[in-house]
Amino acid sequence: MRMLLFAKRNIKEILRDPVNLFFSLGFPLVLLALLSIINSAIPPEAKNTMFQIKNLAPGLAMFGSVFMALFAGMLLSKDRTSSFLMRLFTSPMTATDFILGYTLPMIVMTIAQATITLLVAGAFGLDININTIFAIIMTALTSLLFVGTGLFFGSILNDKAVGGVCGALLTNIAGWLSGVFIPIDLIGGAFKSITNILPFYHSVEAIRISLSGNFSRLFSHLLVVIVYTVVIFTLAIIVFNRKMNGEKA
Amino acid sequence: MNAIIIKELTKKYGSVVAVNNLNLIIEQGELFALLGVNGAGKTTTIKMLSCLIKPTSGDALLLDDSIISNPHAIKEKTNISPQETAVAANLSVLENLELIAGIYGQDSKTANKNAYEIAQKFGLESELNKKAKNLSGGMQRRLSIAMALISEPQILFLDEPTLGLDVLARRELWASIKSLKGKVTIILTTHYMDEVENLSDRVGIMAKGQLTAVGTMTELTTQTGTSKLEDAFVMLSGGVL
Repeated sequence: MRMLLFAKRNIKEILRDPVNLFFSLGFPLVLLALLSIINSAIPPEAKNTMFQIKNLAPGLAMFGSVFMALFAGMLLSKDRTSSFLMRLFTSPMTATDFILGYTLPMIVMTIAQATITLLVAGAFGLDININTIFAIIMTALTSLLFVGTGLFFGSILNDKAVGGVCGALLTNIAGWLSGVFIPIDLIGGAFKSITNILPFYHSVEAIRISLSGNFSRLFSHLLVVIVYTVVIFTLAIIVFNRKMNGEKA
Repeated sequence: MNAIIIKELTKKYGSVVAVNNLNLIIEQGELFALLGVNGAGKTTTIKMLSCLIKPTSGDALLLDDSIISNPHAIKEKTNISPQETAVAANLSVLENLELIAGIYGQDSKTANKNAYEIAQKFGLESELNKKAKNLSGGMQRRLSIAMALISEPQILFLDEPTLGLDVLARRELWASIKSLKGKVTIILTTHYMDEVENLSDRVGIMAKGQLTAVGTMTELTTQTGTSKLEDAFVMLSGGVL
């Protein structure tokens, strides 16, 4: 009950900011339109399929969910620095109420964002079928990596620093190293090795495989994302608990 | 009856002793002003009593519950208005009040009823649908205190509640705080001596983490041979008149 009240407050707090609303729901659609236009301008003999809608749509679904790190981190950091969180720490709310209360709205927003992105991708030629639902669920699952990242940095940094780390830095890293905007296979070498070590490329692949309905190679990609998610969430929970107990993180 | 019994309460941060062996008893319904210069240990004391931080040693009983062994029970019956205005910026006044009421276990109907009642008491009834971030500083401060009271706490911590307010807003807040006297046990920290004179039943003075004096204003001025509380405070805080 307390967790749901807090989650409801958090989703209101985020969605009532028009900038957040644009980045959560509008920005992936802008990219979808722009990159589809670019795709239509690429001649078939170039054999570049990365901006084809079946590849582009899952990439943008993942890229949209990266902003959850920014939203979760900024909200937590502002709550912390404005003493709003201190007020709530004196209430009967538990650590679980707080963590779930911050996480749940991000999952709801990711589901809404991925649904809109993939449905609009239908207008650009993406097949909308039962696999679309699997892809949305997979996007919600992989978004936990970014929610955890936001909660971790939101627990230790002020909102300006969170904006830098979870906004500028993370969105760029996730964008470039996920294969959404540049052809990883074409570049190959050390760059491809780095993308294989990090979770971003695997998040896109997990969503893309879910969308294709051919689940045979899903587990290996999902496993990498899950390991990173568990690690970052564990760190976030440890740091948050220390803050809640008045200790220095 | 005793509302708060503090026994040898100590908080250390490494080698720094923020609060040192504090002993104090506060009666139910009493408004107790905790004074001290910056860094004297007032806020650390309030943070320990409101279960925000754990003491290094010692204990305190709030309405018979220990801050060490039963903090959850204490959290149910206390509330705090922090030094900074702690409100949810993008929520309306009504939503802020209902949120806190709900977190303290009130059902939505009761929370809504109590929100309207407390808004009226604090002169916020015409601002109910306004976002908290669009309120003036004084109104935000009122909302912050109203949020602390909507849970109907038996013990209330007010940490510099009128900091940064203009004279009129301060006077209005004083009236609201005065109306709670006798019903709610209040620990108030402040740097304004006129606030202490107007509101408090007893005063405790902290210096370098220790409670150097406790008593009524008359007792403190008599003890120091001064005529004003401010002079008594300066002497008991280690200052020079």
